[in-house]
Amino acid sequence: MTEIWYGLTKAMELIISFDPEVMEIAARTLRIAGTSCLLASLISLPLASLIHFRRFHGKRVLINIIQTLFSVPTVIVGLFVFVLLSRAGPLGELGILFTPAAMVIGQMILITPILLGLTISALSGVSKEVVETATSLGASGFQLVLLVLREARYAVLAALILGFGRALSELGVAMMVGGNIRGFTRVMTTALSLATTRGELEMALALGIILLFLALVINIVLNRLQQRR
Amino acid sequence: MRKMSIKTKVIALAVIAIAIIVSIILMARVPALKVATTSSLYDTGLWGYLQPRFEEKYGVKLHILYAGTGIALEYGKRGDVHAVAIHDKARELQFVADGYGVERVPFAYNYFLIVGPPDDPAGIKGLTPEDACKKLMEEGSEDPDRIRFVSRGDDSGTHAKEKDIWRAAGFAYATVQESSWAQAREGYAEVGSGMGPTLLMTNEMNAYTLTDSGTFLAYKGGLALVPLVETGELLLNVYSVIAINPEKHPGTDLEMANNLVAFLISPEIQELIGNYGVEEYGVPLFIPCAGAEPEE
Repeated sequence: MTEIWYGLTKAMELIISFDPEVMEIAARTLRIAGTSCLLASLISLPLASLIHFRRFHGKRVLINIIQTLFSVPTVIVGLFVFVLLSRAGPLGELGILFTPAAMVIGQMILITPILLGLTISALSGVSKEVVETATSLGASGFQLVLLVLREARYAVLAALILGFGRALSELGVAMMVGGNIRGFTRVMTTALSLATTRGELEMALALGIILLFLALVINIVLNRLQQRR
Repeated sequence: MRKMSIKTKVIALAVIAIAIIVSIILMARVPALKVATTSSLYDTGLWGYLQPRFEEKYGVKLHILYAGTGIALEYGKRGDVHAVAIHDKARELQFVADGYGVERVPFAYNYFLIVGPPDDPAGIKGLTPEDACKKLMEEGSEDPDRIRFVSRGDDSGTHAKEKDIWRAAGFAYATVQESSWAQAREGYAEVGSGMGPTLLMTNEMNAYTLTDSGTFLAYKGGLALVPLVETGELLLNVYSVIAINPEKHPGTDLEMANNLVAFLISPEIQELIGNYGVEEYGVPLFIPCAGAEPEE
């Protein structure tokens, strides 16, 4: 128990003193997770709308597959991206293994199914009457999509928060394709893992607490944004 | 609002997404020398100590990847790093013979130790490593709850050395893994972790383990474990650096990798390596050997 207490005080110490290394790692973590989440949502929101509004053969199966991918282990994604980006792999020419870009790609792959699946659920949650009324008033297809997305915005935002949280807290991808290089690809989770393997348990706990603190701040900001509208 | 079909909008967004990805990829191509290093060189802090000096001298970023010898060699084979710094002579020679590496250049050494609980329940203190392993196997098979051994089990250089010692003691590694000692719930355990974590686990389990002396010294402060077997020809632990052969993977930067090799064996850096840890631990963690194989 004393270790947890020391971890807490250490976390406070690191936050209050603006420890440069921890601040740098935190900023990098946010930047990478934020980029992945942004890119994943650029892909997911339109794609989810498309899947939701179109009727096609195998739609249920597709949605089942997407939902299954919610629980894909991060190490599997990491391994897949590693093999893809390694010099001996198909995209080796890019030479981006062990860079933040590789981590962004991995995290995107990791969270896209979550954003897709939850956005589809969110859109399904919008009542049929809204759609029917809008159609009878002469809304175009695109206006309809925007309207439904607007109606479902709380649930979509929840999906984004969850996706961002998964990107922020995952270790497998960051470790495998980032390589935990100090000052370049080290993020909160890989730093935490290294501190643990080195037996620096207080430091590890402190990093964990700071990670949660970051997530808290982001959630508060997003919720504020949501309420203001 | 302009009328736009969903399809055009989707395509437009996809184009934007691809543009962003490509720009990130371009940004990510920071010129840096990537070195995969064995965990013992990292856990002792040696790389953290040498890195700024190298970066200043050659004006290039050094990216250190923390890996066991097994995965470090794999990175090297795939061309994902420019150099490897590891400690497993047999596999290093094979790596160079297979054409993946240019040349094996030893730059420092220290010794392996068998460490264990201070009361030494198996009574191996002062034995040769081979005899100690024989004794551990005998006593451990009889009383696996009390005599425990933690093996790295991760194909690292230290793990390879452990297998060598078992072989010298008359046990093929498979027989060790299949022994009643290893089958017991406690007893011989492979943990698949780096040297530092393995030492911490060994300490918690009141067990024996094989460790390099550098990592042991760096972790000693928090451990109850004591060195029990320290002498024997088998215990020599040589660290080498190998530049990756660009013939297999064009695009790897041999020139800068050669700079790293030259840097590590330069008199100035050799002296720094020899002094590393003296202030903190009272003894040097590594003995420099400037490109030549050390002799026992």
